Amino acid sequence: MGAPAKPAVKTLDCPSCGGVIELRGLGQTLRAVCVNCLSIIDTTSPELRIIQKFEAKQRIIPLIPLGTRGKLDGDPFEAIGFQARQILVDGTAYQWREYVLFNPFKGFRYLSEYDGHWNNIQTLQAIPADASFGGKRAVKYENETYRHFQSANASTVYVMGEFPWMVMVGEEVFAEDFIAPPRMLSSEKSFGEITWSRGEYMTPEQVREAFALKQALPSPRGVFANQPSPHKALVGSSWITAVVLMALLAALMTLCSLAMGQRQVLKEHYSFTPGSGEASFVTPVFALDGRTSNLELSTYTNLDNNWAYLSFALINEQTGQALDFGRELSYYHGRDSDGSWTEGSNSDSVLIPSVPPGRYYLRVEPEMQTAPGFSQRPTAMAAMRYEITLRRDVPWNLPFVLGFVVLLIPPLLRTFRAWSFESTRWKESDYAPSSSDGDDDDDD
Amino acid sequence: MSRPVGSCQQCGAKIEFKFSSAVQTVCEFCQSILVRHDVDLERVGEVADLPPDVSPIQMGTEGVYRNKAFWVAGRILYNYELGGWNEWHIVFQDGVSGWLSDAQAVYAITFPAEPGQILPPAADLAPRHAFRFGDTGYQVTTLTRARYAGVQGELPFEYWNKDEVLFADLRSASTNFGTIDYSEEPPLLFLGETVDFDALRLKNLRSFEGW
Repeated sequence: MGAPAKPAVKTLDCPSCGGVIELRGLGQTLRAVCVNCLSIIDTTSPELRIIQKFEAKQRIIPLIPLGTRGKLDGDPFEAIGFQARQILVDGTAYQWREYVLFNPFKGFRYLSEYDGHWNNIQTLQAIPADASFGGKRAVKYENETYRHFQSANASTVYVMGEFPWMVMVGEEVFAEDFIAPPRMLSSEKSFGEITWSRGEYMTPEQVREAFALKQALPSPRGVFANQPSPHKALVGSSWITAVVLMALLAALMTLCSLAMGQRQVLKEHYSFTPGSGEASFVTPVFALDGRTSNLELSTYTNLDNNWAYLSFALINEQTGQALDFGRELSYYHGRDSDGSWTEGSNSDSVLIPSVPPGRYYLRVEPEMQTAPGFSQRPTAMAAMRYEITLRRDVPWNLPFVLGFVVLLIPPLLRTFRAWSFESTRWKESDYAPSSSDGDDDDDD
Repeated sequence: MSRPVGSCQQCGAKIEFKFSSAVQTVCEFCQSILVRHDVDLERVGEVADLPPDVSPIQMGTEGVYRNKAFWVAGRILYNYELGGWNEWHIVFQDGVSGWLSDAQAVYAITFPAEPGQILPPAADLAPRHAFRFGDTGYQVTTLTRARYAGVQGELPFEYWNKDEVLFADLRSASTNFGTIDYSEEPPLLFLGETVDFDALRLKNLRSFEGW
């Protein structure tokens, strides 16, 4: 960006204090302010009529010095005026600052700044049409719906430089804001006339760069009405990414389970009566062929308000090597004051990873409650019938399930952040949830 | 393009009409306002010095609107409480003429239009008064009482020494823009649209020191 041309500055003498008033508006302005004695002067009157003398507890220093030239939307603009305005909400004054920018060909622009949030504002020559959004007030302009955000009386509290309107300190307008981030439409009503303007959000960095300011501008605090959500655009894409990855994972899962080609190697039925002598027995020998793979042992019982413990040993017929493990099953159910309940299960399944090929058999030793006095229920002492099934090459789905869960985390987090950003934004509006109305509508 | 030529009754300077349908022009040398009757020129008045002007547009500025080239042939200058504004009389290559208004560097191009209805008297108008012309809804946004401050160049009608004139600006939900001019009875309607400075591709603009 080339250095902006040197501004041509005209001056006039303040009719009140004789101080020098700089004029940069090339006669397009109506009022100029003497910074020395705080007089507002009618620059269109030959005698330089003093319109108002105002008081200020302290001078406000503009972040963009008047006379600074910058570039907005490709055009040079010079800061020629500055005002501080405020609204009162529940007795608290919220103050923001506005800069009058001028280009003799392109006319006037305005920059507003509140808590480090900036807007590049242009007066609209159109009247946005009334509309509604989710039952609430909105306006429509250029096919975009702007939601009503806030209405308030805004008053001018401090002025500097030049203005293309008849500015007065203390002057109040009824201002309404409608948002479609990063844009905002504002209307200002005074004496029956309504002026509309459109603002576009700017960051302090963008303003600093546009005006080649030496000093950094204050960082934004909080979320501004039309500040674009850094999350909103990413919500959709994060879900798309997650869905695509989950589809790939599902495909991979299907491929894996096809490749595993699980097959049953043993299925036997047994029964066990507690206290009926030697409980341990062995199953028929079965062959595990192929490569080293997993083996799933499933047990289905008819346990009913009872428990059983099964000690297993998977024994290699050739080497005699044994893998010992035990499984406890318990299944209870009943009915109490809270209704019916169940606890445990009468079936069980366990996956033994990495079993080398070979000829194997299982040694099984069931165990159940033997003391008859412990239970009033005769069924508890009945024999347990059960079925043992062994399956080789069983697809292992747990990693995939975990994968799905992990893939869901980023979009869920993103969605939550977007929601939280929007709720912070609307906290500053007329629709702040002072009571829990639970009426959060989605942003789309 | 025909170029009727005459001479100024006052100073004898050669008067050339660049716009064939022009009815009035101002002598560049003596500021006489000359009205054309067939082939004769009648001096009807004189333009006082024009007040200082801030428009970037000037006599001879050229531009393009809807792919048609135009040039600035004349203007009417008004003053009101918020300063002055210009109604530049623009002539297109096909002889059609219209108006390019410039108020505080807000630009609009309008053409004379048939209201197709009886326009209400000025006293009945207030901001937000609604109109419909063709397919477009308009609202009165401002009522401006302006003082005629002078003319320059060629105009499509006689226009000089007016007193106060009331204008009603009409805006729409889009760029459609209009003006009702109460200087005549019945009032005149002009319809068109607000235009972006860059879109007009203006040439021969005035220059501003430092810009």
